[in-house]
Amino acid sequence: MLEYANLFIKSIFIENMIFAYFLGMCSYLAVSKTVKTAVGLGFAVIFVLTITVPLNFLIDQYVLQAGALKWIGPQYAEIDLSFLSFIMFIAVIASMVQLVEMIVEKFSPALYGALGIFLPLIAVNCAILGGSLFMQIKDFSGITESAVYGFGSGIGWLLAIVGIAAIREKIAYSNVPAPLRGLGITFIITGLMAIGFMSFMGIDL
Amino acid sequence: MNRDSNLYTFLFAAIMVLVVATVLAFTSQSLKELQNEHVRKEKMQNILSTVGIMTDRDSAEDLFNKYIEEKYALKNDGSINNSVDPFSQIKLSLELKKSPEQQNFPLYVANIENSKYYIIPIRGNGLWNAIYGYISLKEDLNTIKGVVFDHVGETAGLGAEITQDWFKERFVDEKLFDSNNNLMGIMVSKTNNDPSNLDKNDHEVDAISGATITGDGVSDMIKERIQHYVPFFNSLNPKQIALN
Amino acid sequence: MSNKKNNNPLILFLSKTSEPLFSKKNRALLSDPMDDNNPITVQVLGVCSALAITVQLKPAIVMTFSVIAVMAASNVIISLLRDLIPNRIRIIVQLVVVASMVILVDQVLRAYAYDVSKELSIFIGLIITNCIVMGRLEAFALGNGVWRSFLDGVGNAAAYGFILILVAFFRELFGSGNLLGYQIIPDSFYEMGYVNNGFMLLSPMALIIVGVIIWVQRSRNRTLIEKG
Repeated sequence: MLEYANLFIKSIFIENMIFAYFLGMCSYLAVSKTVKTAVGLGFAVIFVLTITVPLNFLIDQYVLQAGALKWIGPQYAEIDLSFLSFIMFIAVIASMVQLVEMIVEKFSPALYGALGIFLPLIAVNCAILGGSLFMQIKDFSGITESAVYGFGSGIGWLLAIVGIAAIREKIAYSNVPAPLRGLGITFIITGLMAIGFMSFMGIDL
Repeated sequence: MNRDSNLYTFLFAAIMVLVVATVLAFTSQSLKELQNEHVRKEKMQNILSTVGIMTDRDSAEDLFNKYIEEKYALKNDGSINNSVDPFSQIKLSLELKKSPEQQNFPLYVANIENSKYYIIPIRGNGLWNAIYGYISLKEDLNTIKGVVFDHVGETAGLGAEITQDWFKERFVDEKLFDSNNNLMGIMVSKTNNDPSNLDKNDHEVDAISGATITGDGVSDMIKERIQHYVPFFNSLNPKQIALN
Repeated sequence: MSNKKNNNPLILFLSKTSEPLFSKKNRALLSDPMDDNNPITVQVLGVCSALAITVQLKPAIVMTFSVIAVMAASNVIISLLRDLIPNRIRIIVQLVVVASMVILVDQVLRAYAYDVSKELSIFIGLIITNCIVMGRLEAFALGNGVWRSFLDGVGNAAAYGFILILVAFFRELFGSGNLLGYQIIPDSFYEMGYVNNGFMLLSPMALIIVGVIIWVQRSRNRTLIEKG
């Protein structure tokens, strides 16, 4: 139990998708002008990550890894399909995002309109594919661990985007030098936030 | 044919899948040998460097076959498991998740100019992620001949410095067991008052400033992994080595 | 550049017009992304993988060449197929083409440049989600000839690589005193008390350096400044 909590906290603060690995920056920079849309996108990302990481874990374990196919029959134990990982993962992610799009359109047309093109763009959000790729090299022992990791990573991403959105709303009234306005200052602030997040180093439950 | 008709879409998709699958499978198959060779040779390179034999990747395999005379997969009761190939079939990260009775760990025995050395792969947790490496012991199964450390993602300039020679050298000639044959391990310590490392019986080495947690990870990793080998060492060494 | 009409049928096929291969318009495809339309600092695409692998110069250079290979190949393939792709599965086809190219690059790196492939680890796979790649397929390759798409792919990827290399240059130089692993800062500096800025090796600095690059770029080219 404790190791799940440890993994959870680690994936939110220490291995934060935005601040430690810079994954998902395109949507992060583009959708962080207001807190409301940031929260909406953040939740969508959490949902997609929490579903796709364990799903891809299963696919990796039982289909892709070297020797994974031995459950069909011993003659398949030699096959190594890991070179197909990228395509399989992206396929799963694209389908999941399609599903999320349909759900959001049905239950919150306002949010659907506000997010616009960025909802389908979740499919190519580096953070989502990154979650699955990290899962592959982290050797999780079971589906629960991978789900905890996916969920935690999503929450970390949400924290990051809501944080920067809140700051950008506030600095809209500040006196930023013209060449830095908008994109430049956002990069620098994100860098400073990343430094702040480094203070979580060394947490071990 | 109409580009937007169902039949066309289906045909296009089917052909695309076929072409992609063929090209990728072909590439993967042709390059596989070469890729696996790199991984294998790198492992051999690391094992050899633990006993002081530095080589480039190309000559690693020949030297490995020349110097490493035995490879064992050991269970925690000291028995040898002959059904598992220690070099290619044991992955430490997965073994560590099993219960102690189910674990198999490799032991490599090197013979260099008529001296025997025992090489043990180790793995543990650093600050951010896993740390791992090898430790080699001299014939007395107590004195360290050499160590190799690596890490998945420790902080550059701090924890990552465990890979540097000046840190690894601190471990050479240190002893793992005390005079009563209790397993003491090696403590990476900030308070050892022996910066030039003259005392080789104190079971301590100087820590790296700013890398306390990585250092602790190294200490734990060494002690915990060697623990598994104690019963086997017992069977080799007539002296009784008490479990700590 | 000569303005002679080029009669070579292969060239005509590639350019689908009778423009010379390296006409002004075509050269612009290579040079525009460098400054006016830089994928990272102006279009804000492909930032993700850019930053994490810029601790040292070598992985940044390898990543640049990988992206150039992927983008050039994908642009060419999609441009060749552009009259054949059914509209409904357009995005999926693009994804499959990009993913396949990336897999090929990854397999080749693992066989022929093992050490660098370990450093780049998951970031090669992340080229797939690099917005620049998909972005240029949508915006350009679907509607333009093969040669022009090729140039566009190379131009954008090279410009992206330029930023990567610039950031990696500063980070490796100031963070560890080396470039490409060779010591640059002379020992005499160290003896005088100069210390490597360890901070440069940590990820947040990459963000701040890009922010400064954007600052410099927009100060020089005031048309790029965002309206308040």
